[in-house]
Amino acid sequence: MGRYALKRLLQGLITIWFIATATFAAMHAVPGDPLSNEKATTEAIRKNLEARYGLDRPVFPDQYLIFLGNMAKGDFGLSFTQQNRRVNDIIGDAFPVSAQLGVLAITFAAIGGVLLGAFTALKRNRWPDVTVMLAVILGISVPSFVFAALGQLALVNINEALGFTFLPVAGWGDISQMIMPALVLGLSTLAFLTRLMRSSMLEVLTADYIRTARAKGVSEAGIFWRHALRNASLPVITVLGPAIAAITTGGFVVELVFAIPGLGRAFVEAVQQLDYTLIMGTTVFYGSFLVFMVIIVDLLYGLIDPRVRLS
Amino acid sequence: MARKAASATRWLKLLGLLLGALAAPAWSAEGAVDFDARIIRMVLPQEPPQLDSSKATDQVSTRILGHVMEALTRFDAQGRLVPGVAERWEIRADGATFWLREDARWSDGSPVLARDFVFSWRNAVDPKTASEYAFILQGIENAEAISQGEAPVDSLGVSAPEPRRLEVRFSRAIAYFDKLVAFATFYPLKEDFYRARDGRYGADAEDMLFNGPFVIERWDHGARLEMAKNPHYWDRDKIYLNRIEFPYITADTNAALNLFKDGRIILAGLDSETMENALDQRWRIERFNDGSAWYIEFNHREGRLTQNWNLRRALALSFDTYELINRVIGTPGNLPGLSLYPSYLRGAEQRLLQEIPPPEPVTDWALARSHLAAAREDLGLAEAPELVLLTGNSPTANKQAEFLQTLWKEALGLTVRIDRQIFKQRLAKMTSGDFDLVAAGWGPDYLDPLTFGDLFASWNLNNRGRYANAELDACVRTAQNSVDAAVRVDAFGCIQRILLEDHAIIPTYERGQIYVIHPAVKGTIRRQTSPDPDLSRAWLEQP
Repeated sequence: MGRYALKRLLQGLITIWFIATATFAAMHAVPGDPLSNEKATTEAIRKNLEARYGLDRPVFPDQYLIFLGNMAKGDFGLSFTQQNRRVNDIIGDAFPVSAQLGVLAITFAAIGGVLLGAFTALKRNRWPDVTVMLAVILGISVPSFVFAALGQLALVNINEALGFTFLPVAGWGDISQMIMPALVLGLSTLAFLTRLMRSSMLEVLTADYIRTARAKGVSEAGIFWRHALRNASLPVITVLGPAIAAITTGGFVVELVFAIPGLGRAFVEAVQQLDYTLIMGTTVFYGSFLVFMVIIVDLLYGLIDPRVRLS
Repeated sequence: MARKAASATRWLKLLGLLLGALAAPAWSAEGAVDFDARIIRMVLPQEPPQLDSSKATDQVSTRILGHVMEALTRFDAQGRLVPGVAERWEIRADGATFWLREDARWSDGSPVLARDFVFSWRNAVDPKTASEYAFILQGIENAEAISQGEAPVDSLGVSAPEPRRLEVRFSRAIAYFDKLVAFATFYPLKEDFYRARDGRYGADAEDMLFNGPFVIERWDHGARLEMAKNPHYWDRDKIYLNRIEFPYITADTNAALNLFKDGRIILAGLDSETMENALDQRWRIERFNDGSAWYIEFNHREGRLTQNWNLRRALALSFDTYELINRVIGTPGNLPGLSLYPSYLRGAEQRLLQEIPPPEPVTDWALARSHLAAAREDLGLAEAPELVLLTGNSPTANKQAEFLQTLWKEALGLTVRIDRQIFKQRLAKMTSGDFDLVAAGWGPDYLDPLTFGDLFASWNLNNRGRYANAELDACVRTAQNSVDAAVRVDAFGCIQRILLEDHAIIPTYERGQIYVIHPAVKGTIRRQTSPDPDLSRAWLEQP
């Protein structure tokens, strides 16, 4: 177990180094640079700006090695777009926002997905099943910006119809402002989990121990809650790790539409503005987060399911 | 079963309690306007990168700064120049004098003095500051040499012989200097406070000092910014609003419209999509011209096909500005592109374009084809050439590029390849000359035609098509150096004539913007130079 964990950790570090290097290379290969702006600057001013950010040295090996050295220390330097602010501070401010939103979204997706999936399995091929599965296909295939816009519009109309603020339309600060964005953000994961749960439930329902339970005279509700649901949710737990990472990091559109100061927005804006330091900081942060989520899930596997031997 | 029902009711009760807690009216107070507390709320399209006036370049920063800072002069609601920190002033051919008012104060209560301007302007041209707007001080003695690192910073031609008298020496005449100093780079900075921040001035609300109608009270990066009335501002009795708050930061125009509809913000900009929505609501749609001129810029570099006058003329003759603004862009308020100068600019006595009327643009496909044939002969081309049109990635830019592509295919049989790039990449390609045509625009820095007039001077770094014409350069020099209004208008006319006759550019349109605004908010000022929109003098009237 210990050796396995160490091995996975080393692999993870190599992956992160690879992500960092590939991003660094791609970023510098794109035409343009963070210092160019609408108004052209004189040579002298440009030189001073370059010196301030260390862009006056050759990209390889100098800038790359300095970056790697600082990254090892966990320091990503000053942002270009939010001048005077450290990339670490920006991530420190924005990530908790995305994480809060993500946790709410994943809770909603997990509970909703498990219940809906189990329900549709029970009603297999009858109209509730067909309706829900149709909705699931929509949920998976429609991009999130459509749901974000629709969700927001729905709130505007609800508030107008009620004559008071049922839920705020956008913004960040209190929990009422998190509900709609979390619903929208969790929607595709919910749809995916529903499908996963449904097939898993169908498999479980035909298992021998269900037939045994039924033969013993356990009530249908008892079978559902105690035997079927519990066993069928195992695969859902498996995919939850990567899903958490994806949801807490992939909320750019939702963050833009609902005016949420999260990391997804910071990341996409950094790419658009070619903010070198912020691009590297967010990519490495996201990458590490994803890598370690996967490692943790793999390790937990061994604890949950004794058949998986971690060696 | 009964037990189950009971537990279900318990859960429902708990859920109801939870929802009730969520629905506590803590946020319902945050409406677009608060009549009693005199608060208005708005959306910001993006987080200001930082708020050090000597380094600010973008519209969001200058918009915020315009509410919390005051320059020597400012523009009133009618666009007239009025006193700011300076009570009166005198502009001469060789310099200028500003007399500062006694009651101008910083937000810490200390007086605003001439030395605060001296420090600020020196700081802006100091190459160590590396301000992108250092060029705007050119014309003040030694400004250029200092920003090139060739002269000491304290040799700048600005001094404070008395605490409230500011003397400026010019290296060339600056006829519009009183208008120029209204710009953000010329705001005062208090030296000891600035230095004590050790490079962090303008990074956070507490790292700033204000001398304008408002102060920044709260700035949560990326999330929220709040301004409150400045109790030390000399003209505070004329300021009605107690607070201007920005609880939302998003560039999404749809989200802004939804917030407006929900009664959360007082103003929402519209585009061609959201306009339909606003029309459905029967809202009154306001419009104004934001001051920017848009045009197709040719690449005049050696070896480019677009160096050929006949080719440029063929492209210009097949273009129709009215079709572009009426049928392609589609939002109201855009004006035809007739000149490099937008229509609101003032000349000697009336509007500039009345004094130097540009010729009505001609659309003539037959003539265009004959010029294309001539171009092919000039260039020795067997087939019609393929051209690259560099453009941005906004919906309007896309529509315009596709329109031009189809137009030139139909009119001239030319193949135009659209090179769509995001902002920084487009700039990089413009600067390196990797294009034949580029859809470009320019917004004014100050209210004088020169902010447009010097754009195509051969030495101007923003002349990214590298257009070079000795006669035009001479006219730009005249417009820069003369203090005689009539002479300058003639020079601007000369620049316009050369650009149009030589087809250095094809003017496409003068941008109009449309928006909706809360009916209770009066006195909003929209203007072509920052700050826009200006709500510092706005007031509320109960409908």
